[in-house]
Amino acid sequence: MDVVIANLPLYLEGFSTTLLLLAVGGAGALVLGTFIAAMRISPIATLRVIATVYTEIIRNTPLTLVVIFCAVILPILGSDLEYLIAGMIALAVYTSPFIAEALRSGINGVPVGQAEAARSLGLGFSQTVSLIVLPQAFRMTIPPLINVFIALTKNTSVVGGVGFVSELFGVGRTLANANGDAVIAVLVGVAFFYLVVTVPLGLLATQLERKWVVQR
Amino acid sequence: MSGASVLFDAPGPRARRLSRIFSVVTAIAVVAGLGWLIATLNAPRESGGITLPGMFDPARWDIVTDPEMWSFVIGVGVWGTLRAALVAAVLAIALGVVLSLLRSSTIAWIRIPTAVLIEFFRGMPVLLMMLFILLVAGTGQYWAVVSALAIYNGALIGEALRAGLVALPRGQREAALSLGMRPLQSKMLVEFPQAFRQMLPIIVAQLVVLLKDTSLAYIVGYPELLRVTLNNLGSFYGNRYAFTLWCIAFVLYLVMNLTLSAFARWLARRTDRRYHIGKGGGTTLPDDPNQAMLLADANAAARQSESQGPR
Repeated sequence: MDVVIANLPLYLEGFSTTLLLLAVGGAGALVLGTFIAAMRISPIATLRVIATVYTEIIRNTPLTLVVIFCAVILPILGSDLEYLIAGMIALAVYTSPFIAEALRSGINGVPVGQAEAARSLGLGFSQTVSLIVLPQAFRMTIPPLINVFIALTKNTSVVGGVGFVSELFGVGRTLANANGDAVIAVLVGVAFFYLVVTVPLGLLATQLERKWVVQR
Repeated sequence: MSGASVLFDAPGPRARRLSRIFSVVTAIAVVAGLGWLIATLNAPRESGGITLPGMFDPARWDIVTDPEMWSFVIGVGVWGTLRAALVAAVLAIALGVVLSLLRSSTIAWIRIPTAVLIEFFRGMPVLLMMLFILLVAGTGQYWAVVSALAIYNGALIGEALRAGLVALPRGQREAALSLGMRPLQSKMLVEFPQAFRQMLPIIVAQLVVLLKDTSLAYIVGYPELLRVTLNNLGSFYGNRYAFTLWCIAFVLYLVMNLTLSAFARWLARRTDRRYHIGKGGGTTLPDDPNQAMLLADANAAARQSESQGPR
């Protein structure tokens, strides 16, 4: 326990880097994911195909591979991004199809009758989507989105693990190497910081889902 | 809302022409973008007075014809990945079965600690667990990877199975008990087999995640596909081939994961046809195991609150 307390500043620094990765990666993924989801329901066939192919490819690629691409291969190809930024890009790209799928399944969860009713009242595509479908899809989307963010929190560890950014996992690894006699305490400390984020979010997601599904 | 066509008018001739033009324009834009990307990558670069060949230059790709490279990639890399994934999958399912049974026990001091344990394992990065087992238990890389993957995915599969157990119609258990089965018999012979079959698509989808997560073993130093291509072969052939080797790893991962995903989807469709037709309100589970889990959980909760309500 002493090791954790003695290195608390380091932990907090790592934790804040993790939170930064989470915030920026999450925001990027949200923007990109919304874009992809919009492309997937658009009337233009090419956009739908592109979005589907993108989703399938990224979803079936391991995150480690994406992070390595951004952090190792891109510099070889001639980019000079900072590792932290590269990590954020990797997280945003990797998470975006999951966000898109969460949004899309929320939209798919709205009964067809709702859209049919809106259409028969004479609302157009954008009106139907923005006034009728999206407000209802919203509540079905929030719990899955929270789950995506939980996964993202855990995934930030990969960015540190590949070895360039000293976030929570990176800090843990350094400390574990430096304090060979207190590895358990060091790593349990790291786990604690992850759990501080993931467990409350998980409880929130279950709670919201329970509340909203029962009402249907 | 499966038919997206409800959202907009059936397009008339003008709208159809417009959307076709849009389609073609975006297609051209995308092809042009890809072409530009490939051309940029393929352009030779000056670096410190040396001209580096482009990324698609034969000088960077001649290793593709080397049979020894392939036998190393397949024999050590793919085999290492599959070996870890397979053993971890079997252990994860076994652990999931045990956890789900403990989690749905009627005895509170078995049920509650199991729930806490599952929450704990679900909330932690797999990578951290791998490092923990590697450093603390000293099992060597292979078992660190396998056991971390098994514990993490076992906790998730356990949650899925528990949700499946709770979501079963109450009549199943009542019928079994009224036939004179003991509660344990009813659980093992009547309820659990049904729950397992209903949750099978979620379990297989989770196994796709497990297969993807074996790539984390790269970080703890276990020789799987990524490590073999990028580190071992990367240092053997030199930096010139890094991009080539990354592409090879990428394609191999895609092939493995897409195959398993297709299987999961086929299984989900098949299970769906068998178990949901004619039951009314049969909802299809989404592809993503996380979302499917949430839905299953919520259904289970709904069922529970139903049976506790006033009769």
